[in-house]
Amino acid sequence: MVERGSFTSVIGRNGSGKSTLAKNINALLLPTGGTVVVGGYDTRREETIWEIRRMAGMVFQNPDNQLVSAVVEDDVAFGPENLGLPREEIRARVQSSLAAVDMLEQRKMAPHLLSGGQKQRIAIAGVVAMKPDLVILDEPTAMLDPEGRGEVLAIAKQLHREGITILLITHFMEETVDSDRVVIMDEGRIVLDGTPEEVYGRADEIRAYGLRLPFAVEVADELRARGVAVRAGVLREEELLEEVLRLCPSR
Amino acid sequence: MIRDITIGQYYPGYSLVHRLDTRLKIILTFGYMVSIFLAADFLAYLLVFIGLAVVIAKSQVPLRFILRGLRPIFIIIAFTFVLNLFMTQGEVLVTLGPLHITQAGLYNACYMALRIIFLIIGCSLLTFTTKPVKLTDGIEALLKPFVRFGVPAHELAMMMTIALRFIPTLLEETDKIMKAQQARGADFETGSIFRRAKNMVPIFIPLIVGAFRMAADLAMAMEARCYRGGEGRTKMHEFRFGRKDTAAAAVFVVYLLLIVAERAVHAQAWLLATL
Repeated sequence: MVERGSFTSVIGRNGSGKSTLAKNINALLLPTGGTVVVGGYDTRREETIWEIRRMAGMVFQNPDNQLVSAVVEDDVAFGPENLGLPREEIRARVQSSLAAVDMLEQRKMAPHLLSGGQKQRIAIAGVVAMKPDLVILDEPTAMLDPEGRGEVLAIAKQLHREGITILLITHFMEETVDSDRVVIMDEGRIVLDGTPEEVYGRADEIRAYGLRLPFAVEVADELRARGVAVRAGVLREEELLEEVLRLCPSR
Repeated sequence: MIRDITIGQYYPGYSLVHRLDTRLKIILTFGYMVSIFLAADFLAYLLVFIGLAVVIAKSQVPLRFILRGLRPIFIIIAFTFVLNLFMTQGEVLVTLGPLHITQAGLYNACYMALRIIFLIIGCSLLTFTTKPVKLTDGIEALLKPFVRFGVPAHELAMMMTIALRFIPTLLEETDKIMKAQQARGADFETGSIFRRAKNMVPIFIPLIVGAFRMAADLAMAMEARCYRGGEGRTKMHEFRFGRKDTAAAAVFVVYLLLIVAERAVHAQAWLLATL
């Protein structure tokens, strides 16, 4: 159950079932048991499959293998064209989606001349142009450099502020600290579920699932183990710094 | 460096020819090809030449760029010329050992060589002045009426679109694989042609596997974006048949009529001469 308008992160090691979960949401895969309901529609019903795919947009891991056209703006138009929207509406949507990911200047360029982060932003624009309620990002930053990773994450957060539900699948723990909710999966099951503070408070369990903690959490944990009274719920590097400065008033 | 590759031979510009309706350009190119085959003598070729010169001037594509396009088919032109020169029967002009150059041979040789040159330049003007993406849209639009006869217009256009999108990606992939192989001691530059070809095998296998993976990924991404074939699909780009297109079409009709008239006169003269 994902709350409308929330930002949920899903983490898990390779083969934990997080991508399978993502593909079940927009009916690219169908459940072998149980049911998946998206916006009130069962994904197994043929008639509503395209409405589900419009509502639940998906951005994939490989930036090269999800762009269709050799021109940026044509690629963004691909989704709206498939929906059979009128020409003027498509133009307006391409314009606003490209503006939303700050790629208007590159609208006439060929995707292969863009950086990985830029390609991924185009892919997001292509999804946004379909006016989805939910955007699923399936390890969108896995193949990007740190700069591209930051760009993509910033856009995800911005979309969330605009009211779109975000489901971020990742294996970079640092990307999850701003989420409303963190879900940890292992062997196809949800093993931990809660706010980032709750989930990362259980450091030992997370390590047991083969995952690494966010850097600040890791350091805070080490400090606590050595008897430093770092407060609970430190997730970000800035918070850690604040705590360290608080605990060392002499400097 | 491999990223700079351009597909087709588009010459960026904003000339009148660049801005003409793509559908019209394709039709006119076909019409022009027909006109070349209708042209029966050198007077008609003069007309073709004038027409071509006007279009080249209007397109603002440099002549050097256009002539460079003829280079790959130079051998074919030369071969046609030589073959016609020596193999035509008739009144002998010059004798070179066992070979004779006849008057008719000289005439035929020039005639055929010019025909090929005119054809190639005319067709390449279409690709010089039209982006591949637009060409794809134009072909789709022109094939649309034939859908009911089983022509897969949308599918063809989609395949071309995807090919245009993925050729640079596949080239990059090839580059990457080659470098990876070279880093492990593979040698692609020395040895006989046969040996070099054999050394290419370790490139092609990963490349093909990669292409299949890409195709699977892309198919999934397209489905996720609600792609379900051409039915019920709209297009962002529209074709506008404007005043300049009407004018261009009118000029072409005049040109074609002149060619046809010239041919009629030519045929009449020939008929009178043989009678």
